[in-house]
Amino acid sequence: MTNALKYNRCDVAIIGAGPAGLAAAATLKKQGIERVLVLDRETVAGGIPRHCGHPPFGIIEYARLMTGPSYAKRLVATAQKAGVDIALKTSVTQLGFGGILTIATPEGMGELKAKRVLLATGVRETPRSARLVSGDRMLGISTTGALQSMVYLKNLIPFHNPLVVGTQTVSFSALLTCKKAGIKPVAMIEEKSSPTIFWPLHYATNLFGVPLFLNTQITNIIGKDRVEMVQVLDGKKNTREIVCDGVLFTGQFTPESTLARMSHLDLDYGTGSPVIDGFGRCSDPSYYAAGNLLQPVNIAYNCWREGRRTAGLIAQDLKMM
Amino acid sequence: MTNEEYNNLGSNIDKPGGGSLIANVDIAIIGGGVVGCAVARRMALEGASIVLIEKASDILDGASKGNSAILHTGFDAPVGSLEQKCVSRGYEEYLKVHKSFNLPILKTGALVTAWSEEEENKFEGILKKGHDNDIKNLQLLSKTEILSIEPGLATSVRSAIAVPGEYVIDPWSSPLAYLRQAVDNGGKVLFNAEVTGGEFDGNTWLLTTPKGQVRARYVVNCAGLYGDIVDHNVLGDCEFTIKPRKGQFVVFDKASGKLLSSVILPVPTERTKGIVLFPTIFGNIVVGPTAEEQESRDDASVDKETLTSLTRQAIEKLPALANIQVTATYAGIRPATEEKHYRVIQDSNRNWITLGGIRSTGLTGALGLAQHIHDLLSDQGADFKALDNPGIHPVPNLAEHLPRDYKTPGYGEIVCHCEMVSQREILSAMEGPVPAGNLGGLKRRTRATMGRCQGFYCSARLAELTKGKFANPLGIGDKDD
Repeated sequence: MTNALKYNRCDVAIIGAGPAGLAAAATLKKQGIERVLVLDRETVAGGIPRHCGHPPFGIIEYARLMTGPSYAKRLVATAQKAGVDIALKTSVTQLGFGGILTIATPEGMGELKAKRVLLATGVRETPRSARLVSGDRMLGISTTGALQSMVYLKNLIPFHNPLVVGTQTVSFSALLTCKKAGIKPVAMIEEKSSPTIFWPLHYATNLFGVPLFLNTQITNIIGKDRVEMVQVLDGKKNTREIVCDGVLFTGQFTPESTLARMSHLDLDYGTGSPVIDGFGRCSDPSYYAAGNLLQPVNIAYNCWREGRRTAGLIAQDLKMM
Repeated sequence: MTNEEYNNLGSNIDKPGGGSLIANVDIAIIGGGVVGCAVARRMALEGASIVLIEKASDILDGASKGNSAILHTGFDAPVGSLEQKCVSRGYEEYLKVHKSFNLPILKTGALVTAWSEEEENKFEGILKKGHDNDIKNLQLLSKTEILSIEPGLATSVRSAIAVPGEYVIDPWSSPLAYLRQAVDNGGKVLFNAEVTGGEFDGNTWLLTTPKGQVRARYVVNCAGLYGDIVDHNVLGDCEFTIKPRKGQFVVFDKASGKLLSSVILPVPTERTKGIVLFPTIFGNIVVGPTAEEQESRDDASVDKETLTSLTRQAIEKLPALANIQVTATYAGIRPATEEKHYRVIQDSNRNWITLGGIRSTGLTGALGLAQHIHDLLSDQGADFKALDNPGIHPVPNLAEHLPRDYKTPGYGEIVCHCEMVSQREILSAMEGPVPAGNLGGLKRRTRATMGRCQGFYCSARLAELTKGKFANPLGIGDKDD
């Protein structure tokens, strides 16, 4: 494993070893950039696809139908083959002016001076708290990401019969994960009058035997140690009770832009993403951003493609130095 | 004997007549909230053998779970009251001992802010009260002065009283440190041990718990929200009735930390201190609490309407919060009684002391209350020899402004990225003499999952690390294959 502390300096530091970051890293190497270092805080590289244990991934990138984990492995292999170094268990704790990063690793803290930095920190779902959902606070409340990493990375499940909130693409992915893990959702609800994705979700819910309630919002979560029941308000303003042992909040993606938010970089408060110009550059031109950090949420392929495009712009930028 | 062995004692000793005797001590303390932990520490330091009896699987399971984490000077406490005395003594002792426990403090100061003429009219009374309470450094600030200290505050603020002596502290590590010191000096703790009854033979108490019986010369009831119920179950009556009062809070993302440096207090009303906007020692800004009377002693649910209103009120006072995401929401329940003041009731005939009605100021007042309990027991003739060199064990720092564990090499990996909680911190919180007894306890000891993603990234790893540790686990089974 690469130790980022030994680096001190590099040409491009990429924060985040997901599809955007890894694709960018491989591209930079192929364009002749010498020292390209990918930093990731997790113990394994690959990003979110690591715990999306189902297709479709990789159709365009690798011309085959892959699951998330095999796609993630392939991304890592491609980057490493191109000569990219990946430093894991490496948290960037601060973005400094001109590309100076403060990093924390299990071997100690350090500073890394990069000519250019690419932020590719991705997205996460909005949890129950930020949605200001009423009710008790107990075990059994999850997001798709948390569920999938539990199921696919640790072989554990947080509930048997959850209520699924939301009908975005990821909600469909959540249903697949539930099916695979032997979890049987009691229902899926959507505040709006139609699902956020039209197809294949309403077929899918039938397919999974999960009833879909539109015009329905969650109004209360009840339970002592674990979820015991939820109350929902339907389109006719009737409160209904649904017995379940968990609530799965899906979607409402928000950029994982903490580093940018805590730094000197300008942030678009509407989207929560760092502000970039037409070249993918942030308000400090040493910094670039790409992938889901910029447009939550997009499929892996789009992040991959954007990582490659931004890498091309960074390479040009460096060659002009 | 380790605490774990001690906790398991009840299961393997059998004596006829209502369960086995599992502890024989000078003082039994009922309730592991901040007050119970402080009393346990004080009495252990005074040389008494103690046992702390808690009905939950960890400390801080009731009122002490959710408060505003402020170390109060007591400037606004009722003059001459027991509350004022305990807050003042507690404040002084905290500042004296916090360093030796490695407990962080952050000197924020507080501003009692007036947003209307009506509120300004109350300033004279507040200043006089502060003066009578011997807080001499209160200072009246003009709008310009306020905005130079807190440039982020809305310009509709009119004037303020500065209370420079107020701090924010770590509300969960503090009681843990107190209890830890009690245990390090011979004290015992029983968890999952609700006191259901007891008998006094004229000299000693025999208390009944599901774990077995506890013999003690004196009993201090610090059961908080259940204080009156314990008195009823054991003594047959209680001088007060607990009137649970819920307070909801909204926690803003750490990006808000730089927007505010002082605790912003409203002008209090007769009933409550009102809604406060305050920085936490962990780097967030919090708004709350509400004051909602309710029947339930354990319903700490939140509701969207109130949370939305709190958020709106916070933005009104600190407009830049409009751009900040909400990290968490929570509610605490204050054990109010039918009267406003601290209720400390000593039954000298039966060697029993009950503490009730310890509300907003309990975190500060706890160490002072513990001194007061010691005074009361001494007055009653309890004679202990104070320890010469009591042991002390520092607690891990969780404060944002001081070095966290991850800055020291060898931590394994970061498990919770939002709060930068290391594997080493999590593993160590599940060991030792007062280990985390449930997931909430682990969160309070480490801050894991308490950050902005609320477990999106780390709950899988946390489920793995805590597997088999808690009665209510994060992961409830293995996936079907």
